[in-house]
Amino acid sequence: MNSHQQANRFTQRELQVIMSGGTRLENANPLIFQRSGDRLLTATDEDEDAADPIDDREIFDLIRSINDPEHPLSLEELNVVEQMRVNVNDEESTVSVEFTPTIPHCSMATLIGLSLKVKLLRSLPDRFKIDVHITPGTHASEDAVNKQLADKERVAAALENSQLLEVVNQCLSTRTM
Amino acid sequence: MRLIRVCLFVLLAVEVLLAFYENRLKDHYVIIPHVLQGLKALTKCSVLPPGSAVSVLKSIFQDIHVQSLMLAERSCVYNILISLMESKEEELKGLGADFIFGFVQSVDGERDPRNLLLAFQVARNIIQRGYDLGKFVEELFEVMSCYFPIDFSPPPSDPRGITQEELVLSLRAVLTGTSQFAEFLLPLIIEKLDSDIQSAKVDSLQTLAACGLTYSHKELAEFLPGLWSSIRREVSQTASERVESAGLSALSALVSCLSRSVLNSDSEDVLQVFLSLVLKDCQHHLCEPDLKLVWPSAKLLQAAAGASYRASLIVSAAIIPALLEQYNNRTQCAHRRTLLEVLQGFVQPTALSRPADGEDSVLVAFQQSLCGVVFSALTESSAGLQVTATRVLSALGQQPGLMAQTDVEKAVDHLSRLILEEDDPKLSSAVVECSGSLAHLHPKAFISRLIPRLKEEILSGQSDAAVRQRCVTALASVSSLASVVQESTPVLLQVLASAHTGSCGFSVEEVAAVCISLQKIAEHARDSEEIGRFFHDIIIPHLLGLCLQAALQTRDAGHSSPLTDEAVLSAIVPVMSTACAALRSESASRMAAQAVSLFLDGDVSFLPENAFPSKIQLLQSRAESGGLSQLVCLLMACVCSLPRSVEIPEIDRLLLQLEDLSCTCTHLFSFTSAAKCFAGLVNKRPAGEALDAVLERVMKRISVELENTSSGQRTQAFTLLLWVSKALLLRYHPLSTALTDQLFALLSDPTLGSQAADGFGVLMSDCLDVLNRGCHADVRIMYRQRFFAENSTKLVQGFNSAEQEKKSCYLKALSHIVSNLPRQVQLTELPALLPLLLEALSCADQAVQLSTLSCLQPVLLEPPEALRNQLEALFSRLLALTTSPAMKVRIASLQCVHALSRLPEHTVLPFRARVLKALAVPLDDKKRLVRKEAVAARAEWFLLGSPGGR
Repeated sequence: MNSHQQANRFTQRELQVIMSGGTRLENANPLIFQRSGDRLLTATDEDEDAADPIDDREIFDLIRSINDPEHPLSLEELNVVEQMRVNVNDEESTVSVEFTPTIPHCSMATLIGLSLKVKLLRSLPDRFKIDVHITPGTHASEDAVNKQLADKERVAAALENSQLLEVVNQCLSTRTM
Repeated sequence: MRLIRVCLFVLLAVEVLLAFYENRLKDHYVIIPHVLQGLKALTKCSVLPPGSAVSVLKSIFQDIHVQSLMLAERSCVYNILISLMESKEEELKGLGADFIFGFVQSVDGERDPRNLLLAFQVARNIIQRGYDLGKFVEELFEVMSCYFPIDFSPPPSDPRGITQEELVLSLRAVLTGTSQFAEFLLPLIIEKLDSDIQSAKVDSLQTLAACGLTYSHKELAEFLPGLWSSIRREVSQTASERVESAGLSALSALVSCLSRSVLNSDSEDVLQVFLSLVLKDCQHHLCEPDLKLVWPSAKLLQAAAGASYRASLIVSAAIIPALLEQYNNRTQCAHRRTLLEVLQGFVQPTALSRPADGEDSVLVAFQQSLCGVVFSALTESSAGLQVTATRVLSALGQQPGLMAQTDVEKAVDHLSRLILEEDDPKLSSAVVECSGSLAHLHPKAFISRLIPRLKEEILSGQSDAAVRQRCVTALASVSSLASVVQESTPVLLQVLASAHTGSCGFSVEEVAAVCISLQKIAEHARDSEEIGRFFHDIIIPHLLGLCLQAALQTRDAGHSSPLTDEAVLSAIVPVMSTACAALRSESASRMAAQAVSLFLDGDVSFLPENAFPSKIQLLQSRAESGGLSQLVCLLMACVCSLPRSVEIPEIDRLLLQLEDLSCTCTHLFSFTSAAKCFAGLVNKRPAGEALDAVLERVMKRISVELENTSSGQRTQAFTLLLWVSKALLLRYHPLSTALTDQLFALLSDPTLGSQAADGFGVLMSDCLDVLNRGCHADVRIMYRQRFFAENSTKLVQGFNSAEQEKKSCYLKALSHIVSNLPRQVQLTELPALLPLLLEALSCADQAVQLSTLSCLQPVLLEPPEALRNQLEALFSRLLALTTSPAMKVRIASLQCVHALSRLPEHTVLPFRARVLKALAVPLDDKKRLVRKEAVAARAEWFLLGSPGGR
């Protein structure tokens, strides 16, 4: 009961942030980075019998095309996610992703983290333990955000809020341009 | 006499009727619709008496208020206007401004899109056919421009099919049709560009671009600063590529309009003035330290420069030195790359800015420094920078006068170094492409510098396979001119020769890659007779000689050369057939004669290094197994791809020998090639008694072999049957039905059933080495559709009556046939075949599953109504296949599940939970390609029915 109330609070705060962030751009003129190309196909990829372990690049390919909540750009183009900040261990079933908000006071940090988490939850097998957090030292309220993202119940409760789910889904839908 | 009287009578009747109708217009409003219908019919009449058009229009304009009529009656009025404008143009022009005024009044307030299209047509006619607008210019503009920009979304089940696009284009034609509108239209465009709606912006920019074609600088001059600042704002702030490209083409249209203008001696050069405005606003962005707004500014400048030769002169003179200086001042590779990419846009002339004959390229003044920058970039360590440099280099090389002989030589040296040293795949393909485009213009430097160096590297025997592969690809890419081909192909032949002797240790794959390069070169024979002759005189005899040597050596000494490998032979076939297909009449006949005498009589006189035994028999299956008989594929390459007009000597003896070989040989590759060769010749043979005799004989032989179930040569007979059926089916020969019926019958054959099913794949798909249009085969259009239409019922009946274990062959045949049909036909035929295809999905054969999935997937993107009732069955079969043992089946079924998420929400939402659960399994698939598809499909299914999703 207690945790559920907490979760609801998180949702309310999130919503406020989204509403206030929606009216004006916090970082109106961000630096744009180049998109990496598609992964090159190798002979082992085509080989029926060889098993391909889930690797860093594969996880990065999952998240790099997520849309930024306030720009018509992907997280990769804004350098919010980088391949070197993705760590996966297929045998131990763990994934850790660090993301870097474009500015230290970015109010969208929680939302970006939530989108990353949801994308990974939808795209990875159940066995994985998924850890999404802010690159150390790049955000003013790093600890608070990390804590919110690490709490399973809060994430689950947040996704029951249809307005929040709507924003997350928009970040996750494939761009049509 | 009678005819004239009838005409007079009609004329009188028309006059009376017109007068009657005109009077009735003043009558009670209830009858007006009928009167207008009558008038509409009369105005379509070709014998309207003179003066009647004016009186009809006058009464319409005076007596009725068009906009208070119903939709259909308004449409009548516009149609009357349109037909009178067609037939009585002179009279209407005589009406002068009254006509314009009447039209403006009757159109004012029109709302229906159907009528608007008609009204726009009338307005366009008024403007384009030179009606005098008089003092009503502004009124006409007002009444039309109130629709701009058009915002129209057709109702969901729109039966009339009017699109926004149609309305936009016809309104644009009206607004931009005359420069008299300029003073009203340009401010309107500037105003609409401020709008927040993207389509309004795009429409405004495109309209502006259209103005550029009809306006002159006089109309534009006053508004240029306003237009420029709007365009600049849109291009640099937008995130949408559509707005950006519309903005750039608008700018380009403005500049080319200004460049066309004729100057008075006392006025200043408007182009110069405008471009200096553009330069002032954009140039400084190119020099800022963080290069932030470089791209929007560069694109604007490039659009301006690309509009005309004069504009490119002015812009280049200001921009190129600044860019070059920037490049030299920067040290970071990323910055240099950006600058070089910007530079590339200026170096490449557009169709409009290309210098005319006698004019120098605008870049002549910077030739030295440009080459310097490119060469320095080619030596950098960043692959991205080098790739850009190769592109600039090809752009420079394309334009005469920009590269001196020494520069070309230096460039070639750089390129050869990059080919030999760089292993980045993107860079090496860029280098190869650049070499190809430069070699076309500067063959000498490539012959003297690049080819010897690559030759040395390939044949040294020390470099590794990847380097050799790059050299071979580069050789193929530079060989587009006869002079280069004469130098490069001998190198490749030498590679084949040394592969045969085994001196450099070439693998079979490498030899096949060399053949692919040779084929690429052979493709140029189509455009150049000289290359064709070279292939005929040198390359083909050498290839034949090498293969023959290799085969003889294998037979006698047991030493196996790569040139006897089936993969290599299959790669040599397209080389020869591409070259032979391009041969002109005389050399083609010679080729046919040489090939036939070699294979029939063992005549080796035209082969080089004549050291062959005199009596070799190449078409004898018994003498030596495999070794020599498989060379029949080379015979096929030579004789089956010649133009149809070429007569093959001794064709009857040849056909008999081929028939024998294909029926009796035991070597799969040999008898298949023989059957293909036979089919290729039969396909081109003119109809007549000779052909009928051949066909009768071969059909009899095939039936005898096939009926004898204990015969060891049924596979051979079946193969021959298959290829002859294909040859005849392609040319609509009447006998083809008998042959394909035989194939259908074989589907229930216990041993040949599965092969027969796969045979339908051969029948319906394009064959790469024979019986295709490239080989001048007789291929009728739409033979697949015809075959399908004639035979689909046979197939369904066969399926229904077949025993349970035979059914899979029918399904396989069906999926081969359907997956080769054009998509449009698939869509119309699918409802009837759907139950069978669903059956095929649960068939155990993976090949059947795969081909069924591949023909279902495109259909699912636009599913027909019939599918809606079958969703339950479809889902359970598709989801079961996502865990199939075959990777390709898993991938294809996931793609189908993905496609199904795009069906209307209410139809698929009930399956959401089930699909999400089932797709969790392939997320942990061991193959990455499968996981990728599973992730994509599952993401879409999560979005389905979820807020913010779809």
